[in-house]
Amino acid sequence: MSAALITAAAVLCALSGLPALLSRRSRVACRISTALLMTAGAIGLVGAGLGLAGPTTTLSAPWAIPGGALRIRVDALSAFFAAPVFLLAGVGALFSEGYWPASRPRAGYVRFFYGLLAGGLAIVMTAQNLLLFLTAWEIVAISAYFAVVTDDDDETVRNAAWLYLVASHVSTLSLFALVALLHATTGSWDFAALPAGTALTAAGHAICWLALVGFGIKAGLMPFHVWLPGAHAGGPSHVSAMMSGVVIKMGVYGIFRVLTLFDVPPAWFGATLLVFGLVSSIFGVAFALAQHDLKRLLAYHSIENIGIIVTGLGVGVVAGSHGYPTIAFLGYAGALLHVWNHSLFKALLFLGAGSAIHSAETRDIDRMGGLARRMPWTAAAFLTGAVAICGLPPLNGFVSEWLIYLGSFTSIQRVTGGWVSPALVVVAPALALTGALALACFVKAFGAVFLGEPRTAAAARSHEAPRSMRWAMLPLVVGCFAIGILPRTIAPAVDRAAAVASGLHGTITTALAPVQTMAMVLAVLAVIAIIMVKLRVGNAPRNLTWDCGYAAPTARMQYTSSSFARGLVAFFAWAMPPVVHAPQRLPLFPTEASLETHVPDTVLDRLLIPLSGRIRRTLMVARHIQSGRMHAYLLYIGATLLVLLFWSAM
Amino acid sequence: MIVLQLIVVIALAPLMLGVINRTKAIIAGRRGQPLLQLYYDVAKLLRRGSVLSKSTTLVFLAGPAIALTAALLASLMLPLIGSSAPIAFTGDFILFVYVFALSRFFTTSAALDTGSAFEGMGAAREVTFACLAEPALLLGLLALARLAHSLTLSSLLTVSGPTWRTASAALVLIVASWVIVLLAENSRVPFDDPNTHLELTMIHEVMVLDHGGPAFGLVLYAGAVKLFVFGALVAAVVLPHPANTAAHAALNLAAVLVIGVFIGIVESAMGRLRLVRIPQLLITATLIAAFAVVLVLK
Repeated sequence: MSAALITAAAVLCALSGLPALLSRRSRVACRISTALLMTAGAIGLVGAGLGLAGPTTTLSAPWAIPGGALRIRVDALSAFFAAPVFLLAGVGALFSEGYWPASRPRAGYVRFFYGLLAGGLAIVMTAQNLLLFLTAWEIVAISAYFAVVTDDDDETVRNAAWLYLVASHVSTLSLFALVALLHATTGSWDFAALPAGTALTAAGHAICWLALVGFGIKAGLMPFHVWLPGAHAGGPSHVSAMMSGVVIKMGVYGIFRVLTLFDVPPAWFGATLLVFGLVSSIFGVAFALAQHDLKRLLAYHSIENIGIIVTGLGVGVVAGSHGYPTIAFLGYAGALLHVWNHSLFKALLFLGAGSAIHSAETRDIDRMGGLARRMPWTAAAFLTGAVAICGLPPLNGFVSEWLIYLGSFTSIQRVTGGWVSPALVVVAPALALTGALALACFVKAFGAVFLGEPRTAAAARSHEAPRSMRWAMLPLVVGCFAIGILPRTIAPAVDRAAAVASGLHGTITTALAPVQTMAMVLAVLAVIAIIMVKLRVGNAPRNLTWDCGYAAPTARMQYTSSSFARGLVAFFAWAMPPVVHAPQRLPLFPTEASLETHVPDTVLDRLLIPLSGRIRRTLMVARHIQSGRMHAYLLYIGATLLVLLFWSAM
Repeated sequence: MIVLQLIVVIALAPLMLGVINRTKAIIAGRRGQPLLQLYYDVAKLLRRGSVLSKSTTLVFLAGPAIALTAALLASLMLPLIGSSAPIAFTGDFILFVYVFALSRFFTTSAALDTGSAFEGMGAAREVTFACLAEPALLLGLLALARLAHSLTLSSLLTVSGPTWRTASAALVLIVASWVIVLLAENSRVPFDDPNTHLELTMIHEVMVLDHGGPAFGLVLYAGAVKLFVFGALVAAVVLPHPANTAAHAALNLAAVLVIGVFIGIVESAMGRLRLVRIPQLLITATLIAAFAVVLVLK
């Protein structure tokens, strides 16, 4: 039943944009598309719910491609990953009603590719046949490209989308090799269990590395993240929410799925995941701190959160392969729950950012300010997402990070000897550092965008988002609170998915009971305290900010996001040197001066682009022989043949 | 038990600041303010009216409210009265660290809410230094977790009693690291000077420039509770933990006040560090705690 529902929903998602695409600029057609996609999302959520609660189901149909079969298999792991796809599909569709109305250019185009993207994603998460998986993977890659490049008047968007397409295909190339290798090892075109002991063979090593590169590029793991910030920042905001919320999760899903194929996943791969995860989480948030562009900031935070997920998975694999099932289960469960949590709060933050950007007409954080008094609902939604992404109680981010922390602490207590305990011990302080940096980053983002005074006229004119955009954020806000305050309700779903992923039996329900109680207590007490303070001083007279008696404050005097983050950015300058454009020498009576800093991506701007430029210049030498004239090429062929002839004769 | 400990914390927290100030006064040869000065201050502030900035939103008021809630909730996770805290469960110490993070999120956001440059500066410093203090706290907890038998803050903190002989080096390192964290998290000398009125140099005081009346009273009170909680945290590692509840409570509370005297001596003996030096001291704290982990892992 679950497989049938999810397949139907995926097909409906993929086709939902057709009415809007075919009838140009018709409001009714756009409404129909939105309604179709929301319906598909609801059906898919029911299917995913059944898949999480019930038995594994499959749906199979023949396919003309050799080795291919339209085989969909919904186990708890697939259902777990498919659920956020459908939630975000529905939420994003509703958001686009206000954000990208029929009157705006390309309304049909963006709806079509958004729906296709969602449908493709649902198939990726549930495909059992490897060729179907690859096909769906390509559908997602290409429809995401078209969705990102919607605003193609902008050159940065075109470049970012192009980079994304290239990175996507490097990823696909690795996956072709991976699929071929899986087929060669198992003899099946399905995701089939590898023979026992494969983990120790050369094929096992190759499978792990190909999965790490192929899926790591898609997931945005550092240093494979180069495409991610630009592509997430460039697209329409609901597309960014989808990209960040679930598209990068298909890479995570891939790693999870490949690991289930091993009887015992190799320990070294777990350690590798830990390294990549920790590097991604710390440097993801460090780069985020240095951003001025609100959407690029959120994009770098996706790298951080993927890092946390992969760290949790690394804890699971390392502990599992050394025979510590309790710790392993905590790692797997924490990683999986963080997949859901990140989908919720990151989508919420992108939608909130979309409203703010829509209203303030800029993506530059330092040109916003004071939006909270002008758009209180959006501000409240963004604040919820910000508190959640920092992993603070009583919201959902805390619960998943708590599980991973607990895995690390349990390992130092129980494990003796070997490298397992030292490896897992690093996780706790690294997560603490990541969490504290994320907090700094989101206080900066929320404070500079929504608090204080507007820094520009456009920010001062900002207004609350249309109703559909506000309603779209509501389910995500509710989700952040629900998982944070009532984590036990979703614990069984996490348990089942983690059992499929790890092959272990365990539960996080009992461990989460006190967390649930404390989260409730904290939430209730905090609300009561705020209400009491509000009642006591809320009606106090209002005046200018005192600011030590400064008489004429202006909005330009506020601490900007750049100045806020300056200390921490300087701290990481060894890894991400900032570029400063400052006046060299000011005259005695300075008239006008400007200071601009930005932090280029170390891997992309300081390594890949210079390197590829150098390679291109070197290869220019070969250009002389490429004249483009037919007879020259005939000469080359003839000469080669002649040489070969002599060679074989000798 | 919860109620008793809550009453003790609420009643005694401001006393610790009184002890610090009295120590400083005695060393400086002054009579100093009354021991109970903070009680009078808070009582007076709670009765007074206030003026709010036109720029602010509800976040401005949420700052003090959540700071006090968080500090009180964290205080209940400490083994203060008995050797087991009123709230204790597996992994509670992570919540302990994160409720303070929640409080930091809202106090710094409240500072940014005013749109004042001074307060933004304070908020930036607060979140920056916390990034270095939090790993030190976690590393200390990790080292204790290796020695303890269960993963609750109570057992982590009370394990030091029986293990002072076997793991004394690690425990000394943990205490050294956490004293630095205590001073940094509570904005004491050498990280911040609570007496200064030069806004440019300050961290905590500058964030609350615009709070007045009852809200400011809550800020002061929350600060006192937080200081008390960190004092009790360090005290619990240093002390033995007698089985008798009354003796345990008396010993712990006395130790917290002794830590107050210690802070007073530190503040009299040294000046504030230059801002650029602060991260170095905090990294030192982190490294000290990391060495403690290495020692217990060997």
